[in-house]
Amino acid sequence: MPDASFVGRAFPGAEPYRVGREKVREFARAVGETSPLCHDVAAAQAAGHPDVVAPPTFAASFTMPLIEQVLRDPDFGWDYAHMVHGDQTITLHRPIHAGDELAVTVHVEDLTTRAGSHRLTLRCEIADPAGEPVATTKLLLVTAEAA
Amino acid sequence: MTPVVEVGTELPPTSVRVTRADLVRYAGASGDFNPIHWSDRVASEVGLPGVIAHGMLTMALAGRFVSGWAGDPSAVRGLSVRFTRPVVVPDDDEGALVEFSGNVTALADAPGGGRVATIAIKALFEGRTVLGKAVAEVLLP
Repeated sequence: MPDASFVGRAFPGAEPYRVGREKVREFARAVGETSPLCHDVAAAQAAGHPDVVAPPTFAASFTMPLIEQVLRDPDFGWDYAHMVHGDQTITLHRPIHAGDELAVTVHVEDLTTRAGSHRLTLRCEIADPAGEPVATTKLLLVTAEAA
Repeated sequence: MTPVVEVGTELPPTSVRVTRADLVRYAGASGDFNPIHWSDRVASEVGLPGVIAHGMLTMALAGRFVSGWAGDPSAVRGLSVRFTRPVVVPDDDEGALVEFSGNVTALADAPGGGRVATIAIKALFEGRTVLGKAVAEVLLP
């Protein structure tokens, strides 16, 4: 049974995530994004970006280690092995570029239980070193109570 | 890019083949090494019909579908999906075929100039929806 007192708590990452240029290119290749803006620094700069642009779902991808850390906290009691990903929302306040230093904070927004199934809503706030919001992601995770 | 965008404008449908190699590549790029995305043994042990694609990969392909239409990956400012059914990826050269279609459901002025198009996305695998309530927000010049 997950600990409902976790709702409302925030878990900041220990250090900011540094967006690597080759990581952006690798991620873009993996999702079939061929736009020069994601691969070619000169093309990205010509379009007004400081460096190559990360595909939109990159914002959710790099938050996963911190989310996993929260979910695997033994005090929380979340059934990590039997969860499924229900919903995912990504809002980009600006595009993410190679070279960005991004601080991630995971917020435990909501936890409900219906018919033995737990539904957990997490929100990640992603900000630059000045504290300006860069992206907000939200995910719903669902588990069935182990029989 | 479509010269005139209005409510009802349809995006050109595209379909994407997802093979086991694509799942391995996405696992490496995203850091999601959950074995249900590469091991038949583990997938069947947890009751799945076979190895399934990462939901986040299917979502990324939906993002690619929209950014391809916009001609600019930095124009996609919002993406929201519900994972309704898994995409089962067989261990062959064909893989799984995911079909994307979509249309503009709303247009609004963007705060910084230009417009924001709201796009409803359909994603089908074997004729059935795999992404529910899939919506993108895209900045238009």
